[in-house]
Amino acid sequence: MVQLTINGKLRDLDIEPNAPLLWVLRDDLGLTGTKFGCGIGTCGACTVHIDGVATRSCVTPIERVAGKSVTTIEALSADSTHAVQQAWIAEDVVQCGYCQSGQIMAAVALLRATPNPTDADINAKMSNLCRCGTYPRIRKAIHRAAAALAAAGKRA
Amino acid sequence: MTKHDLALSRRALISAMLSAGGGLAVGVFVPSFAQAKQLGAVLSGDESLAPREMNAFIVIDPDNTVTVRLPHTEMGQGAATALSMIVAEELECDWTKVKCEHASANRNLRDKGVYRSMTTVGSQGVRTSYAYLQQAGASARVRLVQTAAEQWQVPVVECAAANGAVTHLPSKRSLTFGALATKAAAITLGTEPTTKTPDQFRFIGKHTARLDSAPKVNGSAQFGIDTQLPGMVYAAVANCPVFGGLLKAVDDSPAKGQRGVIAVVKLENAVVVVADRYWRARSALALLKPEWDVGDRAAVDTPMLKKMYLDALDGPMVTAEKIGDPAGALAAPGAKLVSATYEAPMLSHAPMEPMNATVQISADRVDVWIGSQSPPAALRQAAQAAGVDPSKVFVHNCYVGGGFGRRTQHEELIQAVQVAKVVGKPVKLIWSREEDIRQDHYRPQAAARFNAVIGPDGKTTALDIKIAVPSIFRSLKINPAANGLEPMAFETMGSAASPYNIPNKQIGVMLKNTHVPVMFWRGVGGSQNCFLMESFVDEMAHAAGVDPWEFRRSMVTRPDMIGVLNVMKEKGNWGKPMGPGQGRGIAICESYNSVTGQVAEVTVTPDGKLKVDRVVCVVDCYHVVNPNTVEQQCQGGAIMALTAALYGEINIDKGATVQSNFNTYRLLSMAETPQIEVYLPASGGPKWGGIGEPSVPPLAPAVCNAIFAATGIRVRSLPLKNVNLKKV
Repeated sequence: MVQLTINGKLRDLDIEPNAPLLWVLRDDLGLTGTKFGCGIGTCGACTVHIDGVATRSCVTPIERVAGKSVTTIEALSADSTHAVQQAWIAEDVVQCGYCQSGQIMAAVALLRATPNPTDADINAKMSNLCRCGTYPRIRKAIHRAAAALAAAGKRA
Repeated sequence: MTKHDLALSRRALISAMLSAGGGLAVGVFVPSFAQAKQLGAVLSGDESLAPREMNAFIVIDPDNTVTVRLPHTEMGQGAATALSMIVAEELECDWTKVKCEHASANRNLRDKGVYRSMTTVGSQGVRTSYAYLQQAGASARVRLVQTAAEQWQVPVVECAAANGAVTHLPSKRSLTFGALATKAAAITLGTEPTTKTPDQFRFIGKHTARLDSAPKVNGSAQFGIDTQLPGMVYAAVANCPVFGGLLKAVDDSPAKGQRGVIAVVKLENAVVVVADRYWRARSALALLKPEWDVGDRAAVDTPMLKKMYLDALDGPMVTAEKIGDPAGALAAPGAKLVSATYEAPMLSHAPMEPMNATVQISADRVDVWIGSQSPPAALRQAAQAAGVDPSKVFVHNCYVGGGFGRRTQHEELIQAVQVAKVVGKPVKLIWSREEDIRQDHYRPQAAARFNAVIGPDGKTTALDIKIAVPSIFRSLKINPAANGLEPMAFETMGSAASPYNIPNKQIGVMLKNTHVPVMFWRGVGGSQNCFLMESFVDEMAHAAGVDPWEFRRSMVTRPDMIGVLNVMKEKGNWGKPMGPGQGRGIAICESYNSVTGQVAEVTVTPDGKLKVDRVVCVVDCYHVVNPNTVEQQCQGGAIMALTAALYGEINIDKGATVQSNFNTYRLLSMAETPQIEVYLPASGGPKWGGIGEPSVPPLAPAVCNAIFAATGIRVRSLPLKNVNLKKV
């Protein structure tokens, strides 16, 4: 039995401790917004926050998350009003959309650590892959979100 | 702010999916943030002929919601928004009440192909469907107006439709489309109305927000892999790593005792573990050691394939095109000759969503949840595998996590049906990324030899092209390419698509297939041929001692191509000075009815490190429906093509694919992405060009020509990671 907090809810899960968090989220909890892309921690489609840190859930056994707090795309905001989601909509970042949950979670973590990121900061921290090639708009959306958060005096 | 419940999402979708026979609902995004909401998940059921169905493409609900049924798949390229815009332009509906869904392949089967091919390949979404979608919108509008006029007992000419309502202009009386739809749907027009010409468009051509942004930023968009059904089990697959090989034997006992494992299913060429969770299926599968019967295919490797295609250039060719007397010109004494041999590797599609399918077999029907570029093909494949009449199969075409040509062949669906038959439960079958890359049908590899004559005026007077390449038609068993030719083999090189007027020209093709399957990859033939051709055009320019832009311009007469060249020169700063180690290169071609030119700027350090700094992409697709999504396609195509140029190669060893995941089949990252500028000098006229693919072909040659400008090193084989760019 592993106990962890997912999107604010305490969960007791009767699952093998080495089960990757990704598949627990998707198959046990029905949180399919977090995506399977590579299974080796390379592409970032599975990015979630663990105690606020962007983490690749496909290579994170749930035993490592015991007692910690996991946030997925579904709980980033109740109504898609998080500044990063709004910036993604305003810039029309998405194409196929499959990697975007992970991209958004990575961007939120970046903005929490670096509220006004430079292009170099974005290059350094946004390592999630996108096959459609949405990178130019992701960059614009991160800058837009940073500006919106700064104007509103909020943190990401 | 209207709150939309994220949890909606899950539950409503699942139940809707279960009851539905049609497609996917794409949420609507209203362009004002304050009102942004997803109109919810509405699936099309079995597309019964609802009373408010104006025609197969348009349903109008009493609340004025307009549902547009998409005959093409939304896979990121923006088809949902563009096709809905085309309907809305004629329908005069309220755009904020438009939603869309994938049309039903089952309906298409029952209703005599009402949605045409339903296949989304060849950058055809807009260019092959705009006319009938305009017609569908216009027909619905005229019938709505006629219904209102009859109701008011006034002449039709006194009534007009706008923003989702019909108004009697003299009296200002008004009725919504929703109030008129049921009666209007029953009207049959004697003659269909004429539709707008491009000069009359008010909406088409305007930057319009995507209809699918909202569900894709909160995790609620349902991709095929997200399908959840009651009682569903999960399947993990190990396919024979050598294409065409068979499963000889496997001891399934190591998997059988594992927690959650339900069955080990042996298929002809694969072993599948079924469990109550995907991860358990996958873990148990890893314990198995299947033995494969691969025959003599195990002798095949990449050096052998390279040699085979290069050697073919010395052998007989099938003439694809011949103008004038190229052999005579090449043999003429004193002719100034240029020759070069080029190679391009195989590539994998690697869409971000690995291949997957969910299948539920019931007594009277088979339901399939999948993301497909060809729902009718998926339907046929499922019917055949299930052994049922195609009319009993319902394909729920979900959001598609990337297509690029990959999702027209669905071996994973056939396997899901086979497994569902064995286990008697709904099955979600997922190929791991390793299976996705190693079981792909690849972009063909190619070898080409060019021989050219440069005339005294500095123009090419003769060009002989020989190309050896696998046949896609043969590989997919579409047809045997019996005359030894297929259009993809010399795509973008033939005179119809090549920009250049060359008086003596010959293209010879030799199709050679191996056991490695090949298929359509974004840009198809152009994706390699433009690299081969436009790199050589650069070589000819330098041999002629002419500036590469001027050289191209001197041999082009088509106004659209001249227009693109001119924008390339201006926006690409052609001829402007650059710093040390920097270079600028260009390339241009026509593909999928659009003319695309690109200018690339690169920096190569003395120790050979390459950085692509800037790409200017100029496309004349004649008519732009949504500049927002067209820009995205140009950016995305350039990035996918740059990924291929820098890193892309699929190699074969012992008959099997070497690369297997993103650590060995590398994708471009954010940090490596150049500045990309997009210019769209749409020149109008009767042609409508495609946009999903045309930004791919010119990228590699533009970059390689820039490398030559920077270093003097001519790249004749991709990918660039294998090329030493260090100054010697």
